[in-house]
Amino acid sequence: MKISRRWLEAFLRQPLDAKDVAARLGMLGAPVDAIEPIGADLTPFVVALVTDVRPHPNADKLRVTTVDDGSGTIFQVVCGAPNVTAGQKYPFARLGTVMPGGMLIEKRKLRGEASEGMLCSARELGLGQDHDGLMTLDTEALPGTPLLEILHDSGDDRLDVDVTPNRPDLLSHKGVARELAASYGVPYRLPEVPGEVELDLPVPGRYTDQVQVGGVKLSIVDHGCGRFFAAVIRGVKIGPSPAWLQQRLEGAGVRSINNVVDVTNYVMLELNQPMHAYDAATLRGPAVIVRSARAGETLVTLDGTTRTIAEGSVVIADAERVIGIAGVMGGHDTEVTDRTTDLFLECAWFEPSRVRAARRAANLSTDASQRFERGTDRWGAVDAFRRAIRLLVTVAGGTLDGPAVDVFPVPSHPPRIFLRPARVAQVLGVELAWSTIEKQLVKMGATVVSKPEDGRMAVDVPGWRPDVTTEIDLIEEVARLYGYDQLPTDLRGFRPGTRQDDPAWGAAAKIRRGLAASGFSEVMTLPMVASEHPDAVRLLNPLSAEQGMLRGALLPSLVHQVEANWALHTGDVRLFEVGTVFAKGAPGDRPAEAMHAAFVLTGARQPMHWTDGGKPPLWDRWDARARFEQLVALAHPTAGVQVDEARWVARRPDGTIVGHCGPLAADAPPWAAPLFGGEILVTQAVAAAVPFVPVPAFPAATRDLALLVPDACAVEAITTLLLQRGQRHALASVAVVDEYRGKNLPEGRRSVAVRLVFRAADRTLTDADVEQAMGRLRTSLERELDVTVRTS
Amino acid sequence: MSESPDHPSLAPLRARLAAIPTLAADDLEAEAVALLGRKAGEVTALLKGLAALPLEEKRAVGGALNRLKDEIELAVEARRAELTAATASLASRDVDLTMPGRAQWPGTLHPVTVVVDEIVEIFRGLGFSVALGPEAEDEQHNFGMLNFPPDHPAMDMHDTLYLDPAGAPRPVGERMLLRTHTSPVQIRVMQDGPPPYRVVIPGIVYRNDPFDPSHAPAFSQIEGLAVDEGITFVDLKATLTHFAQRFLGPDTRVRFRPSFFPFTEPSAEMDVGCRLCDGAGCAACKGTGWMEILGCGMVHENVLRGVGLDPERWTGFAFGMGPQRIAMQRYGLPDIRLLYGGDMRVLSQFGGIGR
Repeated sequence: MKISRRWLEAFLRQPLDAKDVAARLGMLGAPVDAIEPIGADLTPFVVALVTDVRPHPNADKLRVTTVDDGSGTIFQVVCGAPNVTAGQKYPFARLGTVMPGGMLIEKRKLRGEASEGMLCSARELGLGQDHDGLMTLDTEALPGTPLLEILHDSGDDRLDVDVTPNRPDLLSHKGVARELAASYGVPYRLPEVPGEVELDLPVPGRYTDQVQVGGVKLSIVDHGCGRFFAAVIRGVKIGPSPAWLQQRLEGAGVRSINNVVDVTNYVMLELNQPMHAYDAATLRGPAVIVRSARAGETLVTLDGTTRTIAEGSVVIADAERVIGIAGVMGGHDTEVTDRTTDLFLECAWFEPSRVRAARRAANLSTDASQRFERGTDRWGAVDAFRRAIRLLVTVAGGTLDGPAVDVFPVPSHPPRIFLRPARVAQVLGVELAWSTIEKQLVKMGATVVSKPEDGRMAVDVPGWRPDVTTEIDLIEEVARLYGYDQLPTDLRGFRPGTRQDDPAWGAAAKIRRGLAASGFSEVMTLPMVASEHPDAVRLLNPLSAEQGMLRGALLPSLVHQVEANWALHTGDVRLFEVGTVFAKGAPGDRPAEAMHAAFVLTGARQPMHWTDGGKPPLWDRWDARARFEQLVALAHPTAGVQVDEARWVARRPDGTIVGHCGPLAADAPPWAAPLFGGEILVTQAVAAAVPFVPVPAFPAATRDLALLVPDACAVEAITTLLLQRGQRHALASVAVVDEYRGKNLPEGRRSVAVRLVFRAADRTLTDADVEQAMGRLRTSLERELDVTVRTS
Repeated sequence: MSESPDHPSLAPLRARLAAIPTLAADDLEAEAVALLGRKAGEVTALLKGLAALPLEEKRAVGGALNRLKDEIELAVEARRAELTAATASLASRDVDLTMPGRAQWPGTLHPVTVVVDEIVEIFRGLGFSVALGPEAEDEQHNFGMLNFPPDHPAMDMHDTLYLDPAGAPRPVGERMLLRTHTSPVQIRVMQDGPPPYRVVIPGIVYRNDPFDPSHAPAFSQIEGLAVDEGITFVDLKATLTHFAQRFLGPDTRVRFRPSFFPFTEPSAEMDVGCRLCDGAGCAACKGTGWMEILGCGMVHENVLRGVGLDPERWTGFAFGMGPQRIAMQRYGLPDIRLLYGGDMRVLSQFGGIGR
């Protein structure tokens, strides 16, 4: 909401500082996002006296003047204004001045006559629309006096107030002035308007739904309209608005259109009551009917667009057609034009949800719909209606045709709410005196109507606060107006929570720390992706096709990040992510969600070191396997890593595959190193504590074996067999130390070297013990796996 | 006992003993093996040979030979020590210690993770535990039970991403969506068991906002909920002030401004003194000297009633904040999109595992 500082000043009858206003509104819950000074910077302009005016020798419309600007030098200035008169004072722009429009005033010749400066009109100074001539300064000030010193109109400030959806009252200057009046502790009152006509307005209050107003038949059929004021004013003259009205509107960021439209906008911005003026001559019937839209009805709105109105929307119609979407926008055919002489003025209250539905259906949000949706004051509307009529007659002339009417189908009063001071203390944590509470309620405009017989306050809530409907709403108002910062901040005793941490949180934290410690960088990619996976969860209203699905896996997004790094010529990339993935749920159910963790790696295994001779070793598949094993241990401790075709998988004891790892396909530049990655489902099971195993008390014996392994035999089969058969022989571990394929080996075999470590828990093994074991193991390998010992 | 002079046959060995202090490291070791080696050392061989000598000669040579052996051993040890010391002092000649060391890749945690972890730790100290909830939600949990009136302008504050029902469209109020805030987890926690509650809720939330320098369609939020008998607005102020001073430093100034959220009443925003200008006003704080850090309020009566709690007995407060914004302020990031990319040049700057 754009608020004019000067308009507020007119309410409070005192000058205001825009920054101070902003600070106070912020502490009352309506922060000011920006303060925009309006009106040009008039600092460089001075008062100048025109001492002589003579005709221009070469141009009929120009004059040559002599100007005294108080500097001691007398200037010759060429001027085109018809009203320039010797002996008068005018605003003067000296050479070098930059005009509000950006033009630099330089010495130049106009039709052969030198001109050393410029005499200014009000419009050139941004002080109004008057461009008929120079701005005559009726002042005693001497030439050379800064213009700002003699101008009382020193511009305005436009405050952009951030209004929360619960506070429709702050969409008006009166509402903001009310808050400020409470803050400054001063009264506020509706601004007086120059030349305002006192009208003897009939008291409205004919609670009937079939009335005549100025010869127009009015009926309210749809109860989405809760109140409808109407008046017919005949004999108005459409024209520009007076300066004061234009300036107020400009201060609030609204363009002046004509006197009638400006008045309706003015009252809306002042009192938060949108209104509409129809050209009464265009009404067919003549009748105005508030009813529900029928199927297929259309309206050309004020903006010239033809709109199909959703069936059931509240509309304003005449005898034949729709002339407005209630609370949203009026129609083009009945709008006020330069030729309009008779007005039908509408001032109504519409059900907020009906206006919201209609504006959504029409996809048309307006200043009016914004206000009706949030709730206008159906009881205070009468004041807005009267002000509008008075202002219209003041600025556009005309007279009321018959009494104005007020149709109030279901009369009501603003709500009365009971407030218990004890409840205030229970919620706020401080005991506030009865009088303190009452004082805050009065600040918001409420009336405390009864004495505390049963310990409760009966509070009549003002109609402009539709958000205040229950006791807790009043308690918030008490706290707000008392000042949140006036309440204490002492930490009091509390009961700690008894709920356990969600295990997924600890699991994710463990994975993050583990992978970061292993040299990976954590990323957070967007969960919305372009996947076309049949099981993917689709969004109904995605931002773009690239973000049309919810991801079912993390690795594709990580691969994209690697590709982005390659595009930036970064070849060493190690990334991981822990995040949610989605899959379709049961029909009618929420999607299935799971936490996954994934990593990718490519490039050098370590940062470049000079001992590598400029060619650091690259990550290979064995690094990837080890990182995957690390990830599985962190994320899914019950799963084991196994070979599955050309990749590794993590398999749970029940056989379910919960993760995979291997080389990844990507859009790689020719220089890129191989890319590997892995992904796993994170379990939320907390791993059991591992019991302590005593450290060995006796020394180990180590033996290496070079084995000739048939190509079809997996090393895993050999190590498994060795460990099984070696159990009885105190074999503690088997490690693969080398693999050789190639020359000097029998056909169809490779050489694999393993290191066996023997260790008994209760004694030192002798050479004989170990040799006996080695013999048995060799035999097992030969018999069961056709693996022989290589003798070199 | 007078010392028997060396046997003349030992003279060449004496000469080699004399040369030991001048030997270079490699030569020294070779000489030590040549003289004292257990298998083929010359002195060793002579000592072994003693047994075969006649007793007289054994006497004549034996003592001298053993003495010589000890002297050689001492000389070798002394020279070794000398050379080791020399190696260290001559480093600049033989080894350039200014050459770079062999590094490992530094891993990094995401700045948002770091911020969230710190926040969680502070609230853990205040008796809160971590609760999580689904990111795909239903309208009831995301809006209805949080006291968003159906079809109310408050919904306009949340540009919502809805899920394709893949079948018959669902009626308004029963649609599936991506949660627009972590607050539905409040409801799930309260539905899960009786009060008191004291939880912090970190998680990803979604809005139908395209990426720009300060907006993202998915971002982190961390929410808190405390419900018990006797919790008041003073407890809210005190807890969150304490948090701010633990999180940002003991001198941190805070202020509470009225605000509006459908699920809290009274509602507030907490600002902290701008740390860039120390309250003087700068571009970062739009000249106000304050930075908005979190929204908060007393849990709305309707929210409590909705989960079957009597608001006359149970009261509580809730709060929520955006770790992305905090991370951007902390690291001076000009664009939120930097937090969604995998550019190693950016990530590597987030360095250590902590501040």
